[in-house]
Amino acid sequence: MGILAVIIMESQTVFYELKVNGKTYRVDDVEPRMLLADVLRDVLFLTGTHLGCEHGVCGACTVLLDGLPARSCLMLGIQAQGYEITTVEGLAPDEEHLSVLQDAFWEEHGLQCGFCTSGILTTMSWFLKQNPTPTRAEIREALSGNLCRCTGYQNIVTAVERAAAKMKAAS
Amino acid sequence: MSIGEAIKRIEDPRLLVGKGQYVADVRVPGMLEACVVRSLYAHAKILGIDSSAAYAIKGVVAVVTASDLPADLQPIPMRLTAAPELVHALQMPLANTIVRYAGEPVAVIVADSRYAAEDAAEQVLVAYEMLPAVTDIRAAMRADAPLLYPVLGSNTIYTLAAKKGDSHQALRQAPYRLTLDFAIQRHAAIPLETRGLVVIPDAQGRIHVYGPTKVVHFNRIVLARLLNCDPALIHFIETDVGGGFGARGEFYPEDFLIPFIARNVGRPVRWIEDRMEHLKATNHSREQRHHLTVGFDDSGRLQGLEDEIWVNTGAYIRTHGATVPEMTQAMLPGPYDWPAFHLVTHVVVTNKTPMGTYRAPGRYEGTFVRERLVEAVAHTLQLDPTVVRDRNFIKSEQMPYTVGTHGLGEDVVFDSGDYSRMLAIAKEHMQWADFPGRKAKAREQGHLRGMGWSFFVEKTGLGPWEEARVGLDTEGTFYCHSGLAALGQGTETLLAQLVSDQLGIKPEQVKLVHGDTDVVPAGNGSFASRGTATGGIAAYIAAEELRRRILMVSERRFEATPLDLQLGPEGPSMVGSPSKRMDWRQVAAYAGKVGVELDVRERYDVPHMTYPYGVHAAEVDIDRDTGRISIERYLIAYDVGRAVNPALVKGQIIGGMVQGLGGALLEELAYDNDGQLLSGTFMDYLLPTSCEAPDIEVIITEDAPSRHNPLGVKGCGEGGTTGVGAALANAVADALDAPPQAFTELPIRPETVRMWIQRLSAQQSLDRP
Repeated sequence: MGILAVIIMESQTVFYELKVNGKTYRVDDVEPRMLLADVLRDVLFLTGTHLGCEHGVCGACTVLLDGLPARSCLMLGIQAQGYEITTVEGLAPDEEHLSVLQDAFWEEHGLQCGFCTSGILTTMSWFLKQNPTPTRAEIREALSGNLCRCTGYQNIVTAVERAAAKMKAAS
Repeated sequence: MSIGEAIKRIEDPRLLVGKGQYVADVRVPGMLEACVVRSLYAHAKILGIDSSAAYAIKGVVAVVTASDLPADLQPIPMRLTAAPELVHALQMPLANTIVRYAGEPVAVIVADSRYAAEDAAEQVLVAYEMLPAVTDIRAAMRADAPLLYPVLGSNTIYTLAAKKGDSHQALRQAPYRLTLDFAIQRHAAIPLETRGLVVIPDAQGRIHVYGPTKVVHFNRIVLARLLNCDPALIHFIETDVGGGFGARGEFYPEDFLIPFIARNVGRPVRWIEDRMEHLKATNHSREQRHHLTVGFDDSGRLQGLEDEIWVNTGAYIRTHGATVPEMTQAMLPGPYDWPAFHLVTHVVVTNKTPMGTYRAPGRYEGTFVRERLVEAVAHTLQLDPTVVRDRNFIKSEQMPYTVGTHGLGEDVVFDSGDYSRMLAIAKEHMQWADFPGRKAKAREQGHLRGMGWSFFVEKTGLGPWEEARVGLDTEGTFYCHSGLAALGQGTETLLAQLVSDQLGIKPEQVKLVHGDTDVVPAGNGSFASRGTATGGIAAYIAAEELRRRILMVSERRFEATPLDLQLGPEGPSMVGSPSKRMDWRQVAAYAGKVGVELDVRERYDVPHMTYPYGVHAAEVDIDRDTGRISIERYLIAYDVGRAVNPALVKGQIIGGMVQGLGGALLEELAYDNDGQLLSGTFMDYLLPTSCEAPDIEVIITEDAPSRHNPLGVKGCGEGGTTGVGAALANAVADALDAPPQAFTELPIRPETVRMWIQRLSAQQSLDRP
């Protein structure tokens, strides 16, 4: 057994701070190798971020780091220090209301099991800021890094179109 | 009124804000995490397991191997289609002396974190003696093939057959005969959430099991039997799940192992499957071969069919028993009035992951074979393939129609349907009459355009029964308890719609309770597109009786007749007398006073499965140079008898189609000859993304209500998937004017398309651009 393995097994722990959905959390007594997704879910109990593959393909674990989508299964929690992290729990304006995008998903039956939905909502929230008037083809392209097994994507595309139209009308 | 309305789902708000409660979200203090150590080899003898190094890892609590399990432990039993011939091949929760597929559980580590458990899993030393592996159906049937179960003397462990008329004579007398081979590749359900379990033992000696949403009441009985304990000591609680599609929620090895370990260590244990693990641990499906001969006359009338089918069931028989082979055979004849057929289906074991059902099990495969075959017949005769279908359809006046096959414990008897009308609607919608012009124009422009059809009959609403309890409590709240499970398909919305429709209230006024075996004592769960046509009907009937009782209470309170009364969201009132009204709490109180019970239990016994039907049509464009297939238009027309919520029905159909698309063009669980899975990650196992999925046109018809239930409903969960392989294969073949022998294997890859383009161009049967 190599020295590296021994160090890992000795499991030194660290502490650090993460800023998630506008709130600062202290992450205490965790191994440095802990994934951001696991920190969010099992330390901060923000279980809305889901793990579908743990190798960066399915997109269910997508969160926003300073507004940009990132796979929380492909980075360590300790690497996310200093970023403003947004998870699905941080998308709605308050406890009582859904965001325009979330509401459009409800209106258009844009989800079934809801498992992929968190990562799709974070990704599409970013996308609509980049491209407020997307075509269906552009939405499909932006969505192509997120797998969904239930909906066949069609209603998701329609929901994003609907949200874009509503945001445009409101601006 | 609510039945027939596309209301928004009541499940969605909590799922949209990340408040779903999936199994990995269940967490309790002191919880341990498990990791399963799996066989690296497809076929090997276990000589010994050394877990001392694993125990040395900090945080490890237990390493469990087969020697730690009870000596009298039984294998996991079959839930469906339990042919006695199959019991020799049932799976034990942990391999003892022999492993038969790469990925078979050999040990379980329990530690105080998953990180520690995975570290320890790497330290478990298993000494294997390799045995020769067999993976391919044809290789498994050779006389000198290594046997998975030497005691059975063959890798073909079970054969079933169905016969109608004298197919031998029919084929001999037929003016035309066509003999073809078909193959469907191994692929699987792949729900986006992997499997998982959380098991919590309590001080009273009970265990609380979270995770296996689907058939919790059945799993509870199996678990009690395997643990050798009273079922009353086991409590299942359904969680939200990230899709099911047949694979999730069945009883797998871990469904014994995790509860067993939690009971023994006396602490909560969580096991969450990872994706690489899922791809070789959770049921595979679909892999089969067909060798068939069809006889027909010069008008395209089908005279007879003989089909020999081999299903690669993998290394063990799991809970679905012979369901996939049986449903393949039972539904293979499809919508056609065959004078004669003889179908023989063999169940073949190999050193691959065991097989179970996946959305439209047996029908996706059988429909691909039959519908590709019908177009091959049309191509041979140079007839319009839709006309050939129409000439052979079972006519609506022949309903109910006895097919001559048997499946899931019932003779297959189609209850209702107007297949000709359905096809006519689809032809009109796809502008089929103008298609030759579009095809010719594309050819002029140097590319290839084709349209393919696929007509099918589905089976839904499997019994034997379902129960519902619908009532009004003293707080004035309505509730509906159901034995169905919610796998993301909208079960709660469906039940709320059916109940509220009867009671004149809003769907969101109904509190839904399901999947908790302490509260809902019995149920058969959700599978086989059964929810609406079984549990939905039970809830509807129970709500009807509750309505009757509420009206009875109101009549007495207002001294009125039923005709004078109306029910609304606020409560009952008298027509024309606004002051004469009660709210629901008052209704409950008055019912108590006059001795009317407002807690109704109904059981709906399902007389027979129902058979919806539909058609898929694909118009594709093919790039001559690369063989790339673009789906230009895709239509699914489906008759569901009656659509309770059209938005949910469409959602099922569209989502189902994209799963079928994955099977037709992309997905393959490929193995090498040693039995190693080659497509063991999402980088190699290609699921359809938003860029492969087209916008799908859906027509829902309600022409043929089921004769078997009071609403006339048929299930809608699988018809979106069933026809995709055939429609796309036919469309590609049509684009190339390819012969019957082309595109008889799935998936259809660009290299195959390109190979046929080159071959046909060389033969000058495909013009050069």
